[in-house]
Amino acid sequence: MIAFLFFLVFFLVYALIAVYGERKISAFIQDRYGPMEVGYYGILQMIADLLKIIQKEDIIPFAADKRIFKPAPIIVFTAIFAGFAIIPLTSDFMGSEVEAGIFYLLAIVSLDVLGILMVGWGSNNKYALFGAMRAVAQIVSYEIPLGLTVVCVVMISQTLSLQEITYQQGIWWNTIDPDAQNYLFGIKALGIETTAIGGILTWNIFRVPLFLLAFVIFFIASLAESNRTPFDIPIAESELVGGFHTEYSGFRWSLIMLSEYGIMLLVSFLAVVLFLGGWNTPFPNIGSVELATWTSGTPGTFTGHLWGAFWMISKAFTLVFIQIWIRWTFPRLRLDQLMNLSWKYLTPAAIILVLLSALWRMLMI
Amino acid sequence: MVLAAGSAVFIMFTKNILYAALALMVTFLSLAVIFIFLGAEFVAITQILVYVGGILILLVFGIMLTNKTGSTQVLSLTYNKVLGFLASGALFIILFKGITLANFAALDWNKESESLEPSIAKFGQILMTDYVIAFEIIGLLLLLALIGAVRIAGKARKEADHGT
Repeated sequence: MIAFLFFLVFFLVYALIAVYGERKISAFIQDRYGPMEVGYYGILQMIADLLKIIQKEDIIPFAADKRIFKPAPIIVFTAIFAGFAIIPLTSDFMGSEVEAGIFYLLAIVSLDVLGILMVGWGSNNKYALFGAMRAVAQIVSYEIPLGLTVVCVVMISQTLSLQEITYQQGIWWNTIDPDAQNYLFGIKALGIETTAIGGILTWNIFRVPLFLLAFVIFFIASLAESNRTPFDIPIAESELVGGFHTEYSGFRWSLIMLSEYGIMLLVSFLAVVLFLGGWNTPFPNIGSVELATWTSGTPGTFTGHLWGAFWMISKAFTLVFIQIWIRWTFPRLRLDQLMNLSWKYLTPAAIILVLLSALWRMLMI
Repeated sequence: MVLAAGSAVFIMFTKNILYAALALMVTFLSLAVIFIFLGAEFVAITQILVYVGGILILLVFGIMLTNKTGSTQVLSLTYNKVLGFLASGALFIILFKGITLANFAALDWNKESESLEPSIAKFGQILMTDYVIAFEIIGLLLLLALIGAVRIAGKARKEADHGT
């Protein structure tokens, strides 16, 4: 329950920061100022926008299928928000420690697709329907490379629980499994043990260097999952007005926007947990300079929570920043290019990676 | 359970095929909830992943692609009422008899599993050792289905393509 309330508030605050950040970053990339009027440096702009959105009339088009139109944004939002239930924010703080964590996440996010279909269909508008169709085709295709890279990580970690995957990537692994050992690049034959060194050396992308590739595939697929440029043809302004949420206004519209930013954060959190060490610190222990121990608290203690949340959130925000950065630097892909990329390049590459990570696992034991 | 049964009945009586599909989602989700209450997390999640995330989306997609996006709605009317009732009634009686006659508690695997805690690791191990042949056969079958689907779809596309 605490986790629920925390994530709800965190989610809303994050959305404010992210929208403000997006506008500012896009402005700087395009060599302009962005919001400057409201508050110092436009910092209150989002609060003004929020007030405006709440005051807006909730318009339901006459021709819309009302029974589908009304609950659809709620389904989209709920699906995304339910994903946060299993994100291990710190070593001891998460909504639910289900054993099948990552599996649950992949399942629950697919509900979002259905919500988008309902949004598009219920609007009874050709632009909305086109947007929804494109969104769903894209999300369903990119779920495959995404799922396969997740399988790579699961094969190496031998667990589906996100918390356990995180523990494996830091100096605290021995607190839950006393016999566990990490080796440099995961190769036992090298004989360099890194369990106590921790830091970036035990993150999955360093523990298994193959995962650098897997991480890139995951990141590209996650961009497509969250309908971000270069995969934003579902909401291409120049072709489809506003995409699948063209007909929405007021609070329902803001729910859809919230979910868009929510899934950006969710996939960033997931990328952090799977590849970038979760709540573990990036600094390794070097001899007596115990950077890793200094910058992370013992799991379960107050400092453990603080450091854990700090690293987790700052890593995720960095990824969100990169997503925004990419959005304002790259043009969008055409539909056929999009499908080519997923089916001809990412999926085969991900399948090969699954095979290779199975082989790498043999080196680790 | 009420939700599951209610939405299933709604599917039967509604004429709007899209509403039926969406009610099917409610049915699947409430079934998943029942699984969770029975302690079968993994089955529940698989239920959502496969049925809601896969089959249902395909279904809705199919409806949307074939539907006329005009003023006319696609309706699923009821035909052959007598025959339908007979067939489903017979099936129900057979299943009901079978389930009441079978003594599940006396089965070997059921007796053993009562003492076991549900664990995904064990489930995976058993799947890859005791039931590996079934697992592989299913995999092969799915691969065949996939190749078949690609073959059919690929051929249809060539005909529609006007000289590129």
